[in-house]
Amino acid sequence: MTTQALYVKESSDDQLERYSFAERIWHWLGGLSYTYCMLSGLALFTPYLYWLAAVLGGGPTARFWHPWVSLVFLATVLWMYAKWLADLRITDIDHRWVEHINDYVTNRDESLPPQGRFNAGQKVFYWVMFWAVLVLLVSGIVMWFPEWFRPNFHFILPIAVIFHEAAALISIGAIIIHIYMGVFMEPKSLRAMIHGRVSRAWARAYHRLWYERVTEGTSTEK
Amino acid sequence: MSQATLGIRRISGHAGPAPGEDVERAEQVCKLIDTTTCIGCKACEVACLEWNGYTFTDTVFDNSYQTMPETAWNYWNLIKFNEHEREDGSITLLMRKDQCMHCADPGCLAACPADGAIVQYTNGIVDFQQANCIGCGYCVTGCPFDIPKFNPATKKMFKCTLCVDRVSEGLEPACIKSCPTGCLHFGSKDDMKGLAETRATQLRENFGFAKAGVYDPAGVGGTGVIYVLHDVTNPEAYGGLPKDPRIPLLVRLWKGPVKWLGGWSMFFGVLGVAIHYLRYGPKIPQDGHDNRDDSAPGHRDEGVKP
Repeated sequence: MTTQALYVKESSDDQLERYSFAERIWHWLGGLSYTYCMLSGLALFTPYLYWLAAVLGGGPTARFWHPWVSLVFLATVLWMYAKWLADLRITDIDHRWVEHINDYVTNRDESLPPQGRFNAGQKVFYWVMFWAVLVLLVSGIVMWFPEWFRPNFHFILPIAVIFHEAAALISIGAIIIHIYMGVFMEPKSLRAMIHGRVSRAWARAYHRLWYERVTEGTSTEK
Repeated sequence: MSQATLGIRRISGHAGPAPGEDVERAEQVCKLIDTTTCIGCKACEVACLEWNGYTFTDTVFDNSYQTMPETAWNYWNLIKFNEHEREDGSITLLMRKDQCMHCADPGCLAACPADGAIVQYTNGIVDFQQANCIGCGYCVTGCPFDIPKFNPATKKMFKCTLCVDRVSEGLEPACIKSCPTGCLHFGSKDDMKGLAETRATQLRENFGFAKAGVYDPAGVGGTGVIYVLHDVTNPEAYGGLPKDPRIPLLVRLWKGPVKWLGGWSMFFGVLGVAIHYLRYGPKIPQDGHDNRDDSAPGHRDEGVKP
């Protein structure tokens, strides 16, 4: 008599580790802190979204935590910089990818040049967030402690606000595309960021250079 | 205020007209500060503290008669002392009572993001509602007079209320009541404007202050606090009164086009990706087989091009 296995263990041969546990922790810490900052920031951006402040515990609470949580987000961006810099450098391959961006947008991925661990779109997303967070940091410090800059440097205050909003809006545009790509366009990349693994076929299809690098010297290729 | 609507218009069975039936109450209130008759006694500073329930706090001495360098969250009324050198080389001590100007077009209110944290009453008084204040300090950015101050303990902003609690009961503000020289006046904006112009004319014609005039800056729509100055062409000499105060252009940009553009951009961004999804759908690997891990929503059979 045979018993039905409770579950069928996935063959580890089929799977590659895409994101380590630490990478996933830092990514989701970034996602969480960014989301908080975005929602509390939008509450102050327009009166039509001020109700978001109530959702986040009230206006004073949102105002108090927004700058502190932003420091968590800053830390995650810097951690990713340290960890992923080699994979994030823009290369000639990326320029060729960008030339074929129409094929990417219209899902004709087979005509795109092979990509490393991150494709050019992912790299651009990172660098947009990286520069946005630096602008947000500098302008945000001015907005955090406006009393430090008056009376003599009062003129800096509205300049900081404009830069803060511009950088925030650009980062929101980037995050809309990021979430759309990760959750809807490419659901497997969401699962990769949750469970850490991708199938070999997926890796070969979308990140062939990375696939070849991590499978180099192994004979598991099927 | 609401009491104003309870004036008597008609009375039944009354011999003769109703008392005050023709009276029209000017709603716009105004404080007039005549710097030419201020003696710098600081009675107004003390009255302000007393009425508003604050105690005197530590301050610094910076070789001036001035009580402290600038107004504070719990010190809304400060006479600014400035030793000014006249054109002939002689020295004069200019004294100006500094406080919220109660602008007709308040920069603090324009910049504030919190619903109901700053209100402007029909009588022109601009008042902070600390219960709604979130302590963001945007009002500091919007104010061309650098008036709102932050209380770090409660994380709320504070400033002069023009004694709205007294004015609403028909009383004059505490500073006005305390002034011993009569350099402070309180009344309707029209009356105060008239009184100020009369005094300025007097100064020009009888006292040799050829540049004397009234400070009621148009850049902020006029103010609920106006000054008579010996030299209206140089308000900066009176402890940094701005010559042409305006809400900073960038604040207008921030609260107008940027808000509008940003809101629509976010809306169309989300709409755009949604339409893209409907048109192109999720990506499917084109080469090789996939494994059973591929039962995610949106997955389609291998090899079928979308």
